[in-house]
Amino acid sequence: MKNSADHLFPDRPPPPIPPHGVYSRYARRYARLVTMPTNAPAAAHALKDVAASDSTLRRFLHGLPGVDAVGLEARAASLGTRSIKTTAKAYAIDLAISMVDLTTLEGADTPGKVRALGAKAVRPDPTDRSTPSTAAVCVYPDMVATAKEAVAGSSVKVASVATAFPAGRAALSVKLADVRDAVAAGADEIDMVIDRGAFLAGNYMKVYDEITAVKEACGTTARLKVIFETGELSTYDNIRRASWLGMLAGADFIKTSTGKVAVNATPANTLLMLEAVRDFRAQTGIQVGVKPAGGIRTSKDAVKFLVLVNETAGEDWLDNHWFRFGASSLLNDLLMQRQKLATGRYSGPDYVTVD
Amino acid sequence: MASVFAYAPAPESRSIVDIAPSYGLFIDGEFTDAADGKVFKTVSPSSEEVLSEIAQAGEADVDRAVKAARKAFEKWSALPGSERAKYLFRIARIIQERSRELAVLETLDNGKPIRETRDADLPLVAAHFFYYAGWADKLDHAGYGANPRPLGVAGQVIPWNFPLLMLAWKIAPALATGNTVVLKPAETTPLSALFFADICRQAGLPKGVVNILPGYGDAGAALVAHPDVNKVAFTGSTAVGKEIARTVAGTRKKVTLELGGKGANIVFDDAPIDQAVEGIVNGIFFNQGQVCCAGSRLLVQESIHDELLDSLKRRLSTLRLGDPLDKNTDIGAINSEEQLSRITSLVERGEAEGAERWSPACDLPESGYWFAPTLFTNVTQAHTVARDEIFGPVLSVLTFRTPDEAVAKANNTPYGLSAGIWTEKGSRILAVANKLRAGVVWSNTFNKFDPTSPFGGYKESGFGREGGRHGLEAYLDV
Repeated sequence: MKNSADHLFPDRPPPPIPPHGVYSRYARRYARLVTMPTNAPAAAHALKDVAASDSTLRRFLHGLPGVDAVGLEARAASLGTRSIKTTAKAYAIDLAISMVDLTTLEGADTPGKVRALGAKAVRPDPTDRSTPSTAAVCVYPDMVATAKEAVAGSSVKVASVATAFPAGRAALSVKLADVRDAVAAGADEIDMVIDRGAFLAGNYMKVYDEITAVKEACGTTARLKVIFETGELSTYDNIRRASWLGMLAGADFIKTSTGKVAVNATPANTLLMLEAVRDFRAQTGIQVGVKPAGGIRTSKDAVKFLVLVNETAGEDWLDNHWFRFGASSLLNDLLMQRQKLATGRYSGPDYVTVD
Repeated sequence: MASVFAYAPAPESRSIVDIAPSYGLFIDGEFTDAADGKVFKTVSPSSEEVLSEIAQAGEADVDRAVKAARKAFEKWSALPGSERAKYLFRIARIIQERSRELAVLETLDNGKPIRETRDADLPLVAAHFFYYAGWADKLDHAGYGANPRPLGVAGQVIPWNFPLLMLAWKIAPALATGNTVVLKPAETTPLSALFFADICRQAGLPKGVVNILPGYGDAGAALVAHPDVNKVAFTGSTAVGKEIARTVAGTRKKVTLELGGKGANIVFDDAPIDQAVEGIVNGIFFNQGQVCCAGSRLLVQESIHDELLDSLKRRLSTLRLGDPLDKNTDIGAINSEEQLSRITSLVERGEAEGAERWSPACDLPESGYWFAPTLFTNVTQAHTVARDEIFGPVLSVLTFRTPDEAVAKANNTPYGLSAGIWTEKGSRILAVANKLRAGVVWSNTFNKFDPTSPFGGYKESGFGREGGRHGLEAYLDV
């Protein structure tokens, strides 16, 4: 399953699954709501039953610990002051390049544009073959076939947004058809959007059912990324609830945003989602990835996000199987910084490819 | 933390600060030797390197400094407030301009991480001068009647944990209200005060308004006892505070004392857990726990004890201890050998009394004074580590069952400086805060300081308030 980052960690064993029960409070609190015995071998079973009905799901999500906005933002800001230099910086830049989901999601996308993007993803810096490939290219469903051709033979995945991206305002049947189309065309990953309207109306079960239906449509081949559009959920409590809702419903990745609204990925909302995947694994043994998307444009920003990953979820997530950047312009800045580290000089935008 | 993502060393350059091989006492606008010629050395606690040789003030020097301050008082106090404000604003701006230099200096002399001196100490120091500069011409409106008068010469003795910040807390309100100052910094951290003396000269402050006397306890005692001192301000240990109270008893000297603490950080079961963990860490490991208002007693509701402790231990494992000048260091050095041995002996006592000791895996540097972040669990109110101020990176974890029990345990201490409340329930914050006998109560945060907010203690944590409008009263004849 791992791809282009493998050369960074040649002999890395698969991440260990920690003993469950670190967050056993949830298990205790919801034991009365579910039928599993409290000493269930894996809390995942208990958590599955959390979605047994609208009311159990609601009580679970509303029973998650609150988020203090000031404290969360202060922690994210303080991790942003880490000073990553020399060897650590070189490692972080290569890792970040290997984590990019190189994205084009425009009405004006053409096969030519998508081919150019695919070529760039496979070989981001044609002048330096030691540069890792990006993790994936991310396109609309009708461009999946073109993208697959463009990255054929490489480790680069093809991710496709689906489910009436970015608004998600369509009938479920339409959304599922959208997903099936993309999967049939060969998409390795599906980036779905949740129904924010249903979430904000408190209709969590509808959101849950939709995610499980999409997950089913993804089959066993495509990994599912669930986009919350955190800018529209607006409160950190909502983002934490959405994160748990997505993970309970079977998300392989939780993703901040579409990149199409005013507020996209921020250090604080990404930190919060990293806490959620960390706690979810502690309780269920299931590891879920995180993808901040939109608004990350500079290497400096990307390195800050990697520091968040390192000091929150931990090094098990420092791998493009578990962490991604949804970005387009970020890659060129990473490449320029990489050239600077190698040569000691800043090059300039004419020394990286425009795509 | 051995990690695939190991941060390379990122030390702040010390070339920005130029430490002279020796410094004198700062009396009447000039650096001079001590009358008896005595000197002492100041060392960097992280490396035990001798930084400089400092003139050591004695009784004769104290007398000389008080006389200089007395002489300067007449003109200084007669200046219009707006004129005094100009000097204070100028000092504040110079501090901002020289903040990187002062941050590196403070880190070298004190041992605390550059992250703290750069992001906490220095911004607060400048803010304090700016804040009291603003008061200087508005004293009529401070609530102490028309034209409130200064006291005269203030004798001030400050500790080593926040050398420059404590200086700011003392000097800024004193000058704004028209007093003149003789200040004795701690013997382990005299350098930033001497750099401040240079800033006073740079700002053109009239001679004698600020006098700095590095020295030991005997100089502090002489200053406090000097008959021509009108005001005594002290921050430090409760034992010395009691001594000072005895010395000034029966005189007309006005006194403020800011002494020790054993702050309770109360975490209810509906707290925002991740932020509470950050707050606990910030409460006790900020400045290696060498903070009088540290949240050194964690009172956690029994129903979330295990979960919170797991989270806390995981978080402590990510703390980075080492070179204080490295920008990624979270935990620096203990200020002195003496303090290190005090912490060590109290921790040994905690273990001997049966409390369970835990520290994350953490390599201590070979030279310098270091102590790993430490947790004690299974602690009761009867344990020494729950009662005595340790003044180090040591947290005692106690549990409670109900809000009433939390309040009773939090208040069950001779101290009363700070407390913290963690809950998402606003009504509980208000109800509990009203019952806590502590001068500062933080809710859903800890160790947050602001010049506009008064700070001070109940009971053996001292009396008088520093900061805010309340802080003016200590320097006015009201």
